[in-house]
Amino acid sequence: MSALATDHAVTGLKDRLLDPQSTLLQALVVVAVGVVLALVFDWARVWPTEWVIPIKVWISDTFTYLDKQATLGLFTVKQATRTIAWFLKQPLLWSEYLLWKGARPHQLLPIFWMSAAAIAGIVAYQLRGPRIAAIVVMVTLGVVLVDSVPLIFASIAKALRVEPILAPEALIGISQWPADALKAMMSKSKVRYVPWVTIVLGFGILGHWVGGWRLALTSVLCMGYLAVTGLWRESMKTFSLVLVAVPFSALIGLWLGVWVTRSQRAARIITPIFDLMQATPHLAYLVPVVVMFGAGQVPALIATVIFAMPPMARCTILAIQTVPSDISEAGRMSGCTPRQLLWKVQLPASQRTLLLGLNQVIMQTLAMVVICSLVGAQGLGHKLLFSLQQLKLGFATMQGAAIVLMAIVLDRITQAYANRASDYSHLEPKTFVQRHAHVLLFTAMVAITILASFYFRDVSMLSKKHLLVNSKDALELDKVIKAYTFAMIDFIRPIRDFITIYMLIPLRDFYHLIPWTVTGGVLAVLSYRMGGWSLTALTSSLLVFVILTVGNWQFAITTFYFVSTALIICVVIGVPLGIWAARSDRVAKIVMSGCDILQTFPSFIYLLPAIMLFRVGELAIITAIVPYATVPAIRYTYLGLKRIPAVTLEAAIANGCTPWQKLWKVELPVAVPEIMLGVNQTIMMGLAMTAITALIGGQDLGQEIYRALPTSDAGRGVMAGLGIASLGIIFDRLIGAWADQRKKELGIE
Amino acid sequence: MTDDVQISCRNVWKVFGPDPAGFMARHGGAPSAEAFQSEGCIGAVQDVSFDVHAGEILIIMGLSGSGKSTMIRCITRLNDPTTGTIMFEGSDLLAANDAEMIEIRRHKMGMVFQNFGLLPHRDVLSNVAFPLEVQGIDLATRIAKAQEMVDLVGLGGRENYFPRELSGGQQQRVGIARSLAVEPDVWFLDEPFSALDPLIRSEMQDEFIRLQRMLKKTIVFITHDFEEATKLADRIGIMKDGRMVQLSTPEEMVLHPADDYVAEFARNAPRDRIVSVGAVMEKPNGRSKATANAISTKSKIGEVAEQVLTSAKPVPVVGTDGKLAGQLSRERITKALFGNEEL
Repeated sequence: MSALATDHAVTGLKDRLLDPQSTLLQALVVVAVGVVLALVFDWARVWPTEWVIPIKVWISDTFTYLDKQATLGLFTVKQATRTIAWFLKQPLLWSEYLLWKGARPHQLLPIFWMSAAAIAGIVAYQLRGPRIAAIVVMVTLGVVLVDSVPLIFASIAKALRVEPILAPEALIGISQWPADALKAMMSKSKVRYVPWVTIVLGFGILGHWVGGWRLALTSVLCMGYLAVTGLWRESMKTFSLVLVAVPFSALIGLWLGVWVTRSQRAARIITPIFDLMQATPHLAYLVPVVVMFGAGQVPALIATVIFAMPPMARCTILAIQTVPSDISEAGRMSGCTPRQLLWKVQLPASQRTLLLGLNQVIMQTLAMVVICSLVGAQGLGHKLLFSLQQLKLGFATMQGAAIVLMAIVLDRITQAYANRASDYSHLEPKTFVQRHAHVLLFTAMVAITILASFYFRDVSMLSKKHLLVNSKDALELDKVIKAYTFAMIDFIRPIRDFITIYMLIPLRDFYHLIPWTVTGGVLAVLSYRMGGWSLTALTSSLLVFVILTVGNWQFAITTFYFVSTALIICVVIGVPLGIWAARSDRVAKIVMSGCDILQTFPSFIYLLPAIMLFRVGELAIITAIVPYATVPAIRYTYLGLKRIPAVTLEAAIANGCTPWQKLWKVELPVAVPEIMLGVNQTIMMGLAMTAITALIGGQDLGQEIYRALPTSDAGRGVMAGLGIASLGIIFDRLIGAWADQRKKELGIE
Repeated sequence: MTDDVQISCRNVWKVFGPDPAGFMARHGGAPSAEAFQSEGCIGAVQDVSFDVHAGEILIIMGLSGSGKSTMIRCITRLNDPTTGTIMFEGSDLLAANDAEMIEIRRHKMGMVFQNFGLLPHRDVLSNVAFPLEVQGIDLATRIAKAQEMVDLVGLGGRENYFPRELSGGQQQRVGIARSLAVEPDVWFLDEPFSALDPLIRSEMQDEFIRLQRMLKKTIVFITHDFEEATKLADRIGIMKDGRMVQLSTPEEMVLHPADDYVAEFARNAPRDRIVSVGAVMEKPNGRSKATANAISTKSKIGEVAEQVLTSAKPVPVVGTDGKLAGQLSRERITKALFGNEEL
């Protein structure tokens, strides 16, 4: 029996080797050809630097040209970008005045007038309907805007360092009178920012409104932490960027999403751009923005908006496409115009998906704002970066915790809101107070706390001596962590060095030894097997793009080495965890909430434990990637197993499978396509994280981007970013094609 | 009959595929089954022509994939037909531009959907008022009208419930109320009761009959349930593979099915409630007279079965004018009730 089986296996192998259609044979042939080529020709082993197309240099030159010389007729490109920056800066300024800067009376004018217009609009709407309301709002804003034109010109002129077209003296002055009145009433020259107590309690009330007492308590505790540790001002700097970036991202994303569902041509153009954007790591967005707009808050805002927008667009597309056809058709048969159909039927019917998109936008925004500290954005990220660079791990821990807690609050509140908003149920008649309890409470709270802040300074900002945890405590913590890591390092160093020297470095050297011809050949065979000629053409051209233009094949291979090593660890940890969770609801609850929390963390945070454990080096890099990228491996394994139809499992049991047989022979084979999609996500997240780990070393593409930042070398940064994106897309398409094929074979939709 | 034609479809084709119009043109407007196969196109509706008369209930019946849903979507122009003409109240429906189509839907068409198609974010009243809202009718008027409709379908008291708080039958009542809110000329129902449990379905069918007695709309009704069709229809059109196989009264369909496919449907039909005396009676043999126990040609055979079966002699049949029209024997009615062969 066993001889027969062996015999069968041998003939099977022989058959497969001789069959020209066999993957194994094709792979062996391309490897052989690749090795021979590499032995004979130098260029087949290492692509010569002279043969690299200098797109990098062209891009850098273009950006320099745009920045220094290019004109658009009347004005230079630089003036144009500065004007754009000026406009973007205005809302940012307002949120800064509001949250941490405080403002002089005339700086508050835009907020004053907008609120006035809004209130007038609401009153007009109640009395006379939408058309009159729109007119009232437009007239109010129009008068103020026309009146302020000279001031606006003067302000832009100041930003551009030119003479204003209209002198501020040409002002009529109506728009200024609220500020003058306020000035006359005040004893001080500045209006104070919103007190921390107001914001913390505000989050509490919001939390209660959307999610009940538990969420209220979580929000108050998390936001309270920011205040009592003396990180309030930094937190508000971060938050003010988030506050401005989110509406921009959400609105642009919504608009693009709607456009894609309306126009096939738009879909053809925009969808691949989104794919590319999604695969491009955070860091790569920073370089061109810095070159065009310089360092600071506004470039951070621009990079953040661009980075956080695609998820909203994707969710909008998904939302509109998943509206049940009955509902859309009912809308059309009710006589909706296309606009009515969109706004009254499709978007509200898929509100939950849209709000989850908003949640993603907020989380991505926070992650990006933190990373933007690399281009000089102020706030928590800036402090954290500073602490990390100085190895002040105590401070870093406190600041990292602040970022994490802020992320948790924003995530939980938006998630709860998404669930609440789509949880339609009719209400028994209630009194006015009952219906508006939260609004009334909020108004009263704001009035009381602001009033209190006039008498007690601690209400607006805790003074140093009243902090629960001050910098002295942080120093203590620093010492403890240092002592701990010093004590640990004796144990850890040998392990770290052993793993690094005997496992990681040989693996890396092996990767580097493989000639690109072999890599390319194997990739081509795999692509052909999984997706035919079109996939082969795509992956091959992406690979050729990396080799020909990014120019540093070695860096690309190092990136691949980091990601693939981390991937193996992620799968080894994630898949069993997912299986375990699928077995037991109790475990699932714990594991999934763990995943939720890990997913909430902005990517930057993952550097912290890695540095604490291993300082810098390759093991630290991989340690930073693993927790970030394991989540999808766990989640998709769990979902894949959970989605297997009950009938299939019952059939397996009825056929007499032991639990192991059931797992190996039934569940895993059926769930594998889903698990592979998780692996795909793991790779994408690994690639994104690899770029961030550039902060702690590594000779890879991420490092290229990181180095391009301070030198404002746009080409270098952009091409390295596109290199990472290309690797990501290659993996994505390969795995996606395979999973599709397998799903089709298994008859799963 | 021609003057009361409300909708008239002539040679309507609906082809799905890469280039439907080009495909139709290449095959001279009437592609063969092989042509569909070779070019990877699907002919969801193929060369269908029929009229819908004012005030009648026309039921289009067929199994899933027969093209009945596509057909109704062609008449409402939720899907534009590939070729053919559709006249709606004497004007060319396919020539109407988007704005005109919106006007027609706002005032002349109402539609009920299989899965109800209710807006999940609006309560019952607001759902019913929705077609009026998009027309820009003011709040007070539309709420009053919607309330009237909600009461009409028997959902008074549940105005503030959201769809997911209602049972399937109640949700479909909302769907019906909404489709009637604009007082349409033609009422389209796309498998309105198919998603409901059998008991609720039967109840809703009775409700539908009650409403139609009051409203007397022109109705195009889609179903895959032959029994439902025979219960509600004035005329039934059976579709198969995109073609209209037979369009006639239920009685005609049961007694003279056009082909085996229709006969298969008709086999299990409740003949006692479909077939009328007039259709199966014999000629009077001279001895029978229009006596007091005579039955009417209009009666369904189920209604008179007991009388005929218990009578030794053939029972005389009288027409609407009261004059003798024929007679019905025991053998004859037994055949009509249980026999499958044509009479």
